[in-house]
Amino acid sequence: MPKVNMTVDGRPITVDEGSYVLQAAEALGIEIPTLCFFKYVKPYAACRICVVEAKNKRGRTRIVTACNYPASEGIEILTRTPRVMAARKLNLEMLMSRCAPMPVLTDLARKLGIDQPRWGTGTDMCILCGLCVRVCDEIVGAQAIGFASRGIERFVTTPFEVDSDACILCGACAALCPTGHIRMEEASDREVVHSEITLGPNAAISVPFRQAVPNAPRIDPEFCVHFRTGGCKVCASVCPKECISHDDVERFEEVEVGTVVLATGYQDFDPTPFKQYGYGRLPNVITSMEFERMNNAAGSTGGKILLENGKEPRAIAILHCIGSRDENAHPYCSRVCCMYALKFAHLVKEKTSAEVYQLYIDLRAFGKGYEEFFHRILEEGVNVIRGKGAEVVSAGRDCQEGSLIVRCEDTLAAKFREIPVDMVVLCTALEANRDAKDVARRFGISVGADGWFIERHPKLGPVSTTTDGIFLAGVCQSPKDIPDTVAQGSGAAAHAMSLMIRGEVEMDGAYAVIDDEVCSGCRLCNDLCPYSAIGFDETKKTSSVNPALCKACGTCAAGCPSGAIRALHFADDQIYAEIEGILS
Amino acid sequence: MSFEPNLVGFLCNWCSYTGADLAGTARIKYPPNLKVIRVMCSGRVDPNFILEALAHGADGVLVCGCHPGDCHYVEGNYKCQRRLPITRMLLGEMGIDPRRVRLEWVSASEGVRFGQVVSEFTEEIRSLGPLALQEWAFDAAAADAQLAHQGGDHA
Ligand SMILES: Cc1cc2nc3c(=O)[nH]c(=O)nc-3n(C[C@H](O)[C@H](O)[C@H](O)COP(=O)(O)OP(=O)(O)OC[C@H]3O[C@@H](n4cnc5c(N)ncnc54)[C@H](O)[C@@H]3O)c2cc1C
Ligand code: SF4
Ligand code: SF4
Ligand code: FES
Ligand code: FES
Repeated sequence: MPKVNMTVDGRPITVDEGSYVLQAAEALGIEIPTLCFFKYVKPYAACRICVVEAKNKRGRTRIVTACNYPASEGIEILTRTPRVMAARKLNLEMLMSRCAPMPVLTDLARKLGIDQPRWGTGTDMCILCGLCVRVCDEIVGAQAIGFASRGIERFVTTPFEVDSDACILCGACAALCPTGHIRMEEASDREVVHSEITLGPNAAISVPFRQAVPNAPRIDPEFCVHFRTGGCKVCASVCPKECISHDDVERFEEVEVGTVVLATGYQDFDPTPFKQYGYGRLPNVITSMEFERMNNAAGSTGGKILLENGKEPRAIAILHCIGSRDENAHPYCSRVCCMYALKFAHLVKEKTSAEVYQLYIDLRAFGKGYEEFFHRILEEGVNVIRGKGAEVVSAGRDCQEGSLIVRCEDTLAAKFREIPVDMVVLCTALEANRDAKDVARRFGISVGADGWFIERHPKLGPVSTTTDGIFLAGVCQSPKDIPDTVAQGSGAAAHAMSLMIRGEVEMDGAYAVIDDEVCSGCRLCNDLCPYSAIGFDETKKTSSVNPALCKACGTCAAGCPSGAIRALHFADDQIYAEIEGILS
Repeated sequence: MSFEPNLVGFLCNWCSYTGADLAGTARIKYPPNLKVIRVMCSGRVDPNFILEALAHGADGVLVCGCHPGDCHYVEGNYKCQRRLPITRMLLGEMGIDPRRVRLEWVSASEGVRFGQVVSEFTEEIRSLGPLALQEWAFDAAAADAQLAHQGGDHA
């Protein structure tokens, strides 16, 4: 790029040819006021506030707009001469005569020393800077808004002044509008959609949540303007390291490993089929996961506990064992719900002044410090009721206390109760992932009836599996809380390390051997072996087992018509001896 | 006293043996008639094992393996599934009721099912009565004599 030398207020600077005077001044730290300039769209010179004096090589001086006046060799720019200041004042006063006295204008007027604009002020909220129109066209690529009419009648609008389908609701125009003339408005009054609350900001590009690994921003195609219009890419143009690629796609990569730790966790039980709780039907009946997300300080409610109408709840019921300990769903105890439910109660007490009702079958506060925590929330004034929540119904219009009613049997007081609340949290079961069976099959391990992976031995092998080198950690093996998950994960990692650190694998002494004196060369066994461990020697015309590949299943030994194959453990003679022994 | 069948079970190490273990740890009740022999895979069950067990006085033989698709050795249970009917055919030709040999799939989590399988099988064999092999026991001397006689004829 060719360079040119110029001066601004007498200070020399070398800039790219074709760049604008405003950029040269900015590089020198000389401030020039602007109203219609934005770095990422083409300069437009609509407001004429950025005027400066430009003196060319022949000594001719002109008033020019700095934002779009190209830098050229030897040009001298003066930014604060009386002529410049007078021109800026005049331009602003003319603008103000049409527009309402909004902060962008009055602040600038004060800076330029205007006490009272000579022609007064008007009422228009739009200063016609065109930032909105240009950002929508050049960056967003939606071209949803433009100018209509001319001269003093000019205004910004959608085509034919009707609601435009071209608008993608990105809000870029509203964000750039210096006067607040363009606003984003909710089309409906529903303010909080509990099922849509995210752990982080609902932004097109963001770190999804604080603890995310890797802790780097990612683009959410659902919100990213580029994936809707093909435009924008502002993020890519501002990233100094050029990390952002909008063309990147999902890739499958093969990684060679020696051991695998399965830590695939769980999925949440969907309470929709339990119609009696009204999930998905009644407003403010939410799952524990939705409640948890709402409490994340970095999330979209900023950690506030809110009803759908955006207000703070006055009474919350927390229903334990939804889908757990239930013959109609999962017979097992999910193990973590009691304790997180108590945590929820504590959070509600800490953040709001709402009443909290805990409805439980049994309180299982089994861990270190857990029983103590239970006593703490009792002291905080949480209402603890022994009895499973039976039903949630919508309260009548005249009910003063809440919009929902929870029905239950209080088994300690031996009473049927109806509790008015305005939010219900369902503590849903942890259940095995939908694809747990496929994952298990892929790794050659087993799943139990509940879908959790089966460990090698419940007491002696709680992190290993029946397949060597495959280990288990966390809820994928059975429901457990974070401390237990971390403990099992550490164990699994240590087991995996101890295998890998040796650098070599010790083979079992058990494999099949073929006696080539007896082998007739029928090759029947060659196809029997699932591991292709049996080869055929063309010269000797007999088969033989590769011990490194053999997994010692013994299928070939059972199949050889000549009895040539001997399994080295669970050998024929051992089994015959066993048969004889148990039947004698 | 009612007849107590003497049963032998060949259980694969990975699913069925573990399932039987689970039946034990879960305190599931089932008849004590089955005596278990562990093999690595149901595919390891040589038909000879079954014949040998019957020859040694078992009234029935139960073979258990992982469910289809779940064999620890990928497809050993399919091999077993193909061998068993042939073994039973052979038994039929020998005059032994093929119901005395049964193949069942029991996974590591199916302790309850293992108990049921054993109960059912025990009941079935109880109703079939003892296996009376003695009645037509192989008379080696007579067979030799017959062979010698035939040999003489055809020579
Ligand atoms: C509402 C709620 C509140 C809770 N509160 C607490 C609490 O306060 N304290 C506490 O100790 N515990 C709490 N728990 C329990 C806690 O969530 C679990 O103990 C913990 O998440 C278990 O961790 P994990 O790694 O086993 O599984 P997960 O956290 O489920 O992680 C599994 C990961 O594996 C990924 N994955 C799944 N399948 C695959 C695959 N095939 N390939 C690649 N990746 C895959 C998943 O996307 C997921 O990221 C709570 C649980 C719930 C539901
Ligand atoms: S099945 Fe037996 S006889 Fe046939 S090739 Fe294999 S080892 Fe040899
Ligand atoms: S024992 Fe199993 S794994 Fe080994 S060679 Fe025979 S069939 Fe293959
Ligand atoms: S900023 Fe240059 S004309 Fe508006
Ligand atoms: S390992 Fe159980 S049938 Fe093969």
